[in-house]
Amino acid sequence: MDKIREDFPALNQLIHGLPLVYLDNAATTQKPLAVIEAIDGYYRNDNSNVHRGVHTLSQRATDAYEGARATIAEYIGAKSTSEVIFTRGTTDSINLVAASFGGTYLKAGDEVLVSEMEHHSNIVPWQLICNRVGATVRTIPVTDAGELDYPAFKASLSTKTKLVALTHVSNALGTINPVKDIITEAHAMGIPVLLDGAQAVPHGRVDVAELDVDFYCFSSHKLFGPTGFGVLYGKREFLEVMPPYQGGGDMIDVVDFAGTTFNDLPYKFEAGTPHIAGAIGMAAAIKYVNSIGFGFIQNQEAGLLHYATQQLTAIDGLRIIGEAKDKASVISFLIGSAHPYDVGTILDKFGIAVRTGHHCTQPLMKRFGIPGTVRASFTFYNTRAEIDRLEIAIRKAAAMLL
Amino acid sequence: MSVDSSISERAAALLEEFEMFDDWVDRYQHVIDLGKELEPIDEAFRTDAFKIQGCQSQVWLQPCSSGRQVHFKADSDAQITKGLIAILLRVLNHSSAIEIAQYELTFLDSLELKEHLSPTRKNGLDAMIRQIRLYSVAIEANAISTQ
Repeated sequence: MDKIREDFPALNQLIHGLPLVYLDNAATTQKPLAVIEAIDGYYRNDNSNVHRGVHTLSQRATDAYEGARATIAEYIGAKSTSEVIFTRGTTDSINLVAASFGGTYLKAGDEVLVSEMEHHSNIVPWQLICNRVGATVRTIPVTDAGELDYPAFKASLSTKTKLVALTHVSNALGTINPVKDIITEAHAMGIPVLLDGAQAVPHGRVDVAELDVDFYCFSSHKLFGPTGFGVLYGKREFLEVMPPYQGGGDMIDVVDFAGTTFNDLPYKFEAGTPHIAGAIGMAAAIKYVNSIGFGFIQNQEAGLLHYATQQLTAIDGLRIIGEAKDKASVISFLIGSAHPYDVGTILDKFGIAVRTGHHCTQPLMKRFGIPGTVRASFTFYNTRAEIDRLEIAIRKAAAMLL
Repeated sequence: MSVDSSISERAAALLEEFEMFDDWVDRYQHVIDLGKELEPIDEAFRTDAFKIQGCQSQVWLQPCSSGRQVHFKADSDAQITKGLIAILLRVLNHSSAIEIAQYELTFLDSLELKEHLSPTRKNGLDAMIRQIRLYSVAIEANAISTQ
């Protein structure tokens, strides 16, 4: 474990005089040296614009950039690199589908089905496009345990449903949704499914072919890679029909004032000079995760979740929000009537980084009747000793606030 | 604290009070305790119109100034935010509008609580101070025009 922690330089520092305990991994993960060095190496040695240069550096940059696409495609089980579109992140990926797919397939009276546990980034893009075309965003309720109300989901599917847009793993609660069943159910009625995989990809292998998912969106920075970069996987049958999202360089075939023709997939959706270092950094992150292995990662995370749940529930007045049977290594909680902001502020003074607030899931907080939560999210580089420090700090915060 | 004291005198007194505490736990505990003693706002002002929406915590600000003397009541749903409101209002209340408009809140640096007032903290405090300054400018302008 010490060896693994040495891979992440940011973990090795003092906060207010105490060793940092970083438990905000669901917001963004720390970056291993392999990623930092890959980005550094790219800018030091290969920096150049991609696709258009005939010179050696441009060729090297293009090889690294397209090599990253191949690494990512293989990682998620995509059949072809042409189905792997590079974006700025999960939010950008969802906005692309909302604007392009939504603009093409959604008509007045249609419905897009989302759940009550969605991040705002999987609600607002649908509201924008639905408002424009006269369609409706319909919501699937969440149970008290923080699980998707499955019978309600089934009952919500109808001929009006043109897309199911759902989170794979809830960022606020940690709930892992039964996406395989959901996709089967939706496909039986001819309805495509988009999954927000931002919180899923760090915790386990995602195979888009096996899931048979139509769109899968995720970010590099929650998977130990750099910020500002992400992926939209889409099935070719949809991507071919969907019009370009943004115009500019790289996405065109021939530009003429009489009419422009567009580049092939995936470039049709990638206007402008891309985040080349982002792609290279993400590929390095994937190679790093592969070297650690999901066997180890999942074992570690399951142990941490179990231990933290046990330690935290022993604290008087502590209430965990989100108790799904199938759950990622995330614990959202409240202590007595203490405000999450106060708890988070005091934990920070103890060197512990957690997330506080509504986690960009205001409808979900409203459903539970709370202003927000304190969220501790664990990954494989966290330790039981860190959870012990969390527990002690929560007890001290409770003593100050309650 | 006398209402005749100046804004800098009140800030200095507050600093002196905080010097009693050696570590941050006691300092924060004192902030929380000051919040508990904060003069409550009138319930009629606990509305969206008087709410300063922060991402992390909310603040309600009730203007109750008369003449050119500034007076505010405020509340927050978070205890630390509320304690900081108590600190700010203890220094700012009973000042003249012009004093507030010109006063730099540097005393908070010495209290080591400055980070809470950052606009990026999104707890509503930074916006509350801006709102107090705007009210103060309006009070002063109004007083001049009715002279």
